[in-house]
Amino acid sequence: MKTSTAFAKAHAEGRAALVGYLPAGYPSVDGGIQALTAMVEAGVDVVEVGLPYSDPLMDGPVIQDAVDAALRGGTRTPEVLRTVEAVASTGAAVLVMSYWNPIDRYGAERFACDLQSAGGSGAITPDLIPDDAQEWLPVARARELDTVFLVAPSSTDERIALTTRECRGFVYAASTMGVTGTRGQVGNAAAGLVTRTRATTDLPIAVGLGVSSGDQAAEVASFADGVIVGSAFVRRLMDADDAASGVRAAASLAAELADGVRRATP
Amino acid sequence: MTEEHEVTERPERPSERPGRFGPYGGRYVPEALVAALDELDREYQAAAADPAFGAELDGLLKSYSGRPTPLTDATRFSAEAASGARILLKREDLNHTGSHKINNVLGQALLTKRIGKTRVIAETGAGQHGVATATAAALMGLECVIYMGEEDTRRQALNVARMELLGARVVPVSTGSRTLKDAINEAMRDWVTNVETTNYVFGTVAGPHPFPTLVRDLQRVIGVEARQQVQELTGKLPDAVAACVGGGSNAIGIFHAFIDDTEVGLYGFEAGGDGVETGRHASTISSGAPGVLHGARSYLLQDEHGQTIESHSISAGLDYPGVGPEHSWLNDSGRAVYEPVDDAAAMEAFQLLSRTEGIIPAIESAHALAGARLLGAKLGPGAVIVVNLSGRGDKDLDTAARWFGLLDPDAQEGT
Repeated sequence: MKTSTAFAKAHAEGRAALVGYLPAGYPSVDGGIQALTAMVEAGVDVVEVGLPYSDPLMDGPVIQDAVDAALRGGTRTPEVLRTVEAVASTGAAVLVMSYWNPIDRYGAERFACDLQSAGGSGAITPDLIPDDAQEWLPVARARELDTVFLVAPSSTDERIALTTRECRGFVYAASTMGVTGTRGQVGNAAAGLVTRTRATTDLPIAVGLGVSSGDQAAEVASFADGVIVGSAFVRRLMDADDAASGVRAAASLAAELADGVRRATP
Repeated sequence: MTEEHEVTERPERPSERPGRFGPYGGRYVPEALVAALDELDREYQAAAADPAFGAELDGLLKSYSGRPTPLTDATRFSAEAASGARILLKREDLNHTGSHKINNVLGQALLTKRIGKTRVIAETGAGQHGVATATAAALMGLECVIYMGEEDTRRQALNVARMELLGARVVPVSTGSRTLKDAINEAMRDWVTNVETTNYVFGTVAGPHPFPTLVRDLQRVIGVEARQQVQELTGKLPDAVAACVGGGSNAIGIFHAFIDDTEVGLYGFEAGGDGVETGRHASTISSGAPGVLHGARSYLLQDEHGQTIESHSISAGLDYPGVGPEHSWLNDSGRAVYEPVDDAAAMEAFQLLSRTEGIIPAIESAHALAGARLLGAKLGPGAVIVVNLSGRGDKDLDTAARWFGLLDPDAQEGT
């Protein structure tokens, strides 16, 4: 499914879309596929498959640990694409979340080609800003892949406009200044950022960083078009006694969050 | 002897795009940091055009750090070790805190105050940049947090104590390879979170724009002085300039004033570790490939999937899998030559300089000395080679004592 279709479907139901992240290869490649598939069945609309990278400077300790484990287990770009293919076959919209160097090394054009073949709908690039994305934008456009860039509370209105101009699929709004990880409160900055972003684009705006519960999802869903949850899913897998119970725990969180995005009153 | 306000000179970059050196450089960073990088760039340009800023920095370099540093004619080392080529040492080891790192941090700390921020963070490998940052923070009354790989806090325990004495908080980083590269990741994470109050005092000419330009301009004083000193001493420009290259700040500092002197050969010596053929080294340019690490496109040590490969060197200061983007450009354009020097050759030069000149160099700088020996053999008697002696070796005594077997056997466990 295309990302825009997934957001449109949620919008038609009068709710925000639920976006769920897991790094590929955690706890194993097949284990990650099972968890993501279960999350989709439990209500995740859009999937972000993380590409494990040795230097994840936007990520907090939970995702760092999972990514380290995935790398030690041998997960590399081909396994990430295999994960995309398996999860996309469930019918969900699937994007890759990757730092730039692994894509650069794989070859931006080859990556775009293989991502498209795997049924992926695009890529979120947390350390690539449109200013330096000349190697990515043309090849992604040629394959009709979504290019999702981030906006942050520190972004000027000018930069938000520049960034959303190059976004396709949706805009990723970072709720707080900081790295990934669950937080007790999603910053007040998020609503203001969404308002400023909305002034520049008709694309859906999804808010990420810090969301971990159904109540937080409901709160974010009241002002955003999508709610992004990552570390909280990883945490469920990490705390589980075995892979099967990890899958169940991730699915139950997905259900709670899916309920949350339906409770919001926009 | 110091040129007035050398930071006001902004030499042309070899590229029209700001922050790019040919295809290298740029800003591969989270959007959240862009505002801070823009602010730093803007304030730096304003400061560089402000005579009062230049005067304040020059005053500190002179009265606090002891600049200009001398150029020492290393006659005994030259005769014994460099095939008769004349080796001149640019004595950055005589700076306050013992290395060239202070040139950069004094400028960046002044800039922090100018921007109105109250807290500085920095990464450190060997501890030299951390000590320099803690020093400048103490001098200027700034809160200071230093990120250091857990592995390095063990290797350089004395420098951890120095930083703490200076009032800094040292945070051991236990993620990834637990060395300099992970300390940079952690400092970046801190910066993203605390950017409103905090300036990141980056230690080398790598990282996102404007750091490669900013740090280079602040280190440029080394070459500006050396160029004048060598002409006063010998009546001409040198045949070659040699420096060690980790991230590359001391090397770009001494190279930069000579770039237009095309008759002067520029040589960067990277850490060859156990030998490049073993795979255990930090020879980023000589055996890496272009890619993106820590915010810039440059050569780096990476595998076929774009994952960073851990570097290895006896010298913690050179133990880094990346390198500044301007060095990548100088390499590709042919203006500078980069070659590996392995641990054994560096330690031999370390000992030779100590015994022939009474100067114990930092192991980092010993790589440049070893490289200069090879150059001397190539260029022949009478050739003049300026070596950047970027730091002193006090911090390395433990490593050296183990290497040369100078400790009693009980203390040698684990070597």
